[in-house]
Amino acid sequence: MREISTQTITETVKKLCIEANCHLTEDVKNCIRCKRDEEGWQGAKDILNRIIENFEIADKENQPVCQDTGVACVFLKIGQDVHVNGSITDAVNEGVRQGYGEGYLRKSVVRDPLDRVNTGDNTPAMIYYDLVEGDKMEITVAPKGFGSENMSKIAMLRPSDGVEGVRNFVLRAVEEAGPNPCPPIVVGVGVGGTFDKAAFLAKKALLRSLDERNEDPFYAKLEEELLEGINSLGIGPQGFGGRTTALAVNIEKFPTHIAGLPVAVNINCHVARHKSEVI
Amino acid sequence: MAIKKIVAPLSHEEAKKLRAGDSCLFSGVIYTARDAAHKRLCELVAKGEKLPIDVNESVIYFVGPTPAKPGQAIGSAGPTTSYRMDAYSPTLISLGQTGMIGKGKRGPEVVEAMKKHGAVYFGAIGGLGALLSKCIKKAEIVAYEDLGAEAIRRLEVEDFPVVVVIDSEGNNLYESGRKEYLDSLK
Repeated sequence: MREISTQTITETVKKLCIEANCHLTEDVKNCIRCKRDEEGWQGAKDILNRIIENFEIADKENQPVCQDTGVACVFLKIGQDVHVNGSITDAVNEGVRQGYGEGYLRKSVVRDPLDRVNTGDNTPAMIYYDLVEGDKMEITVAPKGFGSENMSKIAMLRPSDGVEGVRNFVLRAVEEAGPNPCPPIVVGVGVGGTFDKAAFLAKKALLRSLDERNEDPFYAKLEEELLEGINSLGIGPQGFGGRTTALAVNIEKFPTHIAGLPVAVNINCHVARHKSEVI
Repeated sequence: MAIKKIVAPLSHEEAKKLRAGDSCLFSGVIYTARDAAHKRLCELVAKGEKLPIDVNESVIYFVGPTPAKPGQAIGSAGPTTSYRMDAYSPTLISLGQTGMIGKGKRGPEVVEAMKKHGAVYFGAIGGLGALLSKCIKKAEIVAYEDLGAEAIRRLEVEDFPVVVVIDSEGNNLYESGRKEYLDSLK
């Protein structure tokens, strides 16, 4: 049994909240640069250049890339041989409170979806707990903006709808979202599981590096085909026309019931943020 | 295409000259408001009470900035998605509002109000918070401080880059831009 203090968890979450919001990961930056080079429509290229200029300023000045510093989605992979001397949940929320305060990040969480009073410190975080083997803990902070979150969709398809049904649902979700989620977007797709599991898989898909395809060749090919389909829609960066509507499509799958084919689409904007650390 | 320099407050006459697709640089005074502030403004209108800002010829930027660090006028400040303001914008346009800055689609009720009264919907590039904040020289809260990021702020902007998405005749860049690109592939 290895001891991890709540203080270490808090410090790590705090640091990751600030880093994730001010510094995009290299895979995202490289992908945007690459799409800029490939973009043949001048107006679209100009917008991608401004997007690059923006994340470079954010990097240099430790400034949030986007003003929507999101709701803090925190993914914990907790080793079974880890013992924590207190509440893990409280430690994470304290890290979010400190990170969003000291990092000059926006507080965007309301305490109740209907009375809508701001909690003032961006807590509570959306925390996902996963038990794994070992004596370490991996913490991932993924701040999620709601311009893109609001464009996400879920459907309980019929098994007979098959891969065509999945394809059509994803393309329709992106088409309907149009300019709203700040394209170029990253499309997280969850296939299988249950109603809630599919949505979780779609969110988890957004954590994967943009240059990694699904390890199953069938799904890797589907990711490529969907990306091509989306980038043939013509929506383009910001919806003003062009090829670069999406940067990547990441699919996660899970076994499901004989009667069902759940599909969830979780859309992320080009400010696709996540930072991890193992403690 | 030449970039137009425009000034806020924006007169109805100037607003009507702008066309979908025009790239513009805004200078002058604009106000920030998003969901919660719009709701309060429209509740005041419904009660016939005085508004905390002069809406006539005003330009409202849909934004909730990050807190300013010491020495900054404002934190990151890019546009939020505009359709959430669709329930409120027609009321403010009928009171003389001439400009809205945001991103994303607008509903037919907003476009109708824009055509009737002569208002323009501008797009700023979403997700450009750090870059756009450089064009905001001064920011002060003028109403609803309790709303935090959603408070109404008076901004002094200089060469703030926008593009006309929907003009006062209802022409829409989201439709024409996409069509032009797709036609170019044929």
